[in-house]
Amino acid sequence: MDLQIALLLGQDGITNGAIYALLSLALVLVFAVTRVIFIPQGEFVAYGALTLASFQAGKLPGTLWLLVGVGIAVAMVDLMAAVRARQRRRIPRIIGWNLVYPALAAGLIFALNPAELPLLAQILLSLILVVPLGPMIYRLAFQPLAEASVLVLLIVAVGVHFAMVGLGLLFFGAEGSRTPAFSDGSLSLGSLTVNAQTLWVLGSSLCLIVVLAYFFERTIYGKALRATAMNRTGARLMGISTVMAGKLSFLLASLIGAFSGILIAPITTVYYDTGFLIGLKGFVGAIVGALSSYPLAALGALLVGLLEAFSSFWASAFKEVIVFTLIIPVLVWLSLTTHHVEEEE
Amino acid sequence: MPILEVDDLCVSYGKVEALHHVGIRVGEGQIVTVIGPNGAGKTTMLSSVMGLLPRSQGVIRFRGIDLGDAEVEDMVALGVNLVPESRALFGEMSVEDNLLLGCFHRYRGGDRDQQQTMEEVFTIFPRLKERRDQHAGTLSGGERQMLALARALMAKPRLLMLDEPSLGLAPLIVKEIFRVVATLKDMGVSILLVEQNARAALQIADYGYVLETGEVALEGSCRDLIDDPKVVQSYLGLGGKH
Repeated sequence: MDLQIALLLGQDGITNGAIYALLSLALVLVFAVTRVIFIPQGEFVAYGALTLASFQAGKLPGTLWLLVGVGIAVAMVDLMAAVRARQRRRIPRIIGWNLVYPALAAGLIFALNPAELPLLAQILLSLILVVPLGPMIYRLAFQPLAEASVLVLLIVAVGVHFAMVGLGLLFFGAEGSRTPAFSDGSLSLGSLTVNAQTLWVLGSSLCLIVVLAYFFERTIYGKALRATAMNRTGARLMGISTVMAGKLSFLLASLIGAFSGILIAPITTVYYDTGFLIGLKGFVGAIVGALSSYPLAALGALLVGLLEAFSSFWASAFKEVIVFTLIIPVLVWLSLTTHHVEEEE
Repeated sequence: MPILEVDDLCVSYGKVEALHHVGIRVGEGQIVTVIGPNGAGKTTMLSSVMGLLPRSQGVIRFRGIDLGDAEVEDMVALGVNLVPESRALFGEMSVEDNLLLGCFHRYRGGDRDQQQTMEEVFTIFPRLKERRDQHAGTLSGGERQMLALARALMAKPRLLMLDEPSLGLAPLIVKEIFRVVATLKDMGVSILLVEQNARAALQIADYGYVLETGEVALEGSCRDLIDDPKVVQSYLGLGGKH
């Protein structure tokens, strides 16, 4: 290996690592707030990328029908609950978010011709379709189980993952898709050529991380999410409802997932089941951060990206094996150094 | 009209009934105390009123309105706040952030006066102002209790429920905490105070209940309770009312 190759692999590793870092942050967030190990994180990556690809191919993405269907299901469940609790004032909100919003999204897509729109508009339309699925899935699958054990929540998460992979195959077919780069061209740094999409990935990931840090450190909603993660009862006593915190963390996770998918779609071919492996690599990063530290998780994910890039050079057949084996020394280290902490003080 | 009425409250943990037909009232602007030994069901009662624990029977009315199965968040929105025995602080956040989150439901409702409210709260707890940037987890026991109280005040409660605010604190600090509770009453907050420190509680409260094995064993104005031979013997000990 010479310097040229090392630089290329490093660039590759950091690009992928940035995506894994975003996903690992989402995983840590969802776990800290809801105790759900968010296996379907990767499906949002695939849905984001493939929805965008469908728009560009002039097809109607199946995620639109999923949004409408899931919206109807959530509306029914929530309306029943509201009527039973005699909370009529909640009804307009329920109808607005779960029935009117998907209908508006559908109307917008039928009225515009997405294939003709500029890329930015196509990206926005994709996010409009995919991101709300996060909180809706929380409402249907996880909210009724808020008090369940981590294991039960994990099993439900695996179920949601399989359902979403299956639907992904139905919506987008078995062929992979690749979208054109956000912009053409490349940048030469000495002997290293960095293509534009790499810069887009790094820049957008960094921006998103800064925005997230600002959200958690400076805004009252971000602080409320952190408070729920630290002390659920304490947070409820402040009027921070567990349901609101759960929906908000799933919203952020689906936004991060879908956006990551849109970022990588020009770099790698995305299939309906590609997301799972990408999500798992984010999970390895999150484990490095012990599912609780955001900076450690991001660093761990970066390490996963680099490890993956370099092992694809030296031992490409064992690339995945090497990456996932990383989890074992980390777990041994964590179990030797951390003491079991009670959930509530 | 009392601000809080609890009638015929029964709460069970599995098959074990922890509260049997408990009834209490808190008058507007009053301090009402519930005293009793460990395990009498005092904390269970507060948790149930707050909506943290389901009840098997009973009616809870706030300002005359039946609350039904109100959740914790609904109670907070109505102006009822609970400071639990554990304090339930956000240990890895600064004192200031803890206080800020005390305003959360008001912020959601559109109030943007948190800085001003915080300054008001700091005049009651000057100590917290000195520690505003410190993590809550690094505070001393007394400061932690003050922060828990202060955080509840940020919500501008109409009814404040305090679970054992003196628990584990040095006598001087206990005195300070009770002085604050009395100040809150002067500010017009109604208070339901659960205490094992019966002497201190009966001295500042207007009305008292004695809870024993899940039932109200005795109730009366604190002036009467403090002279009641049974209360003196069981809860005030040799020192009597002094």
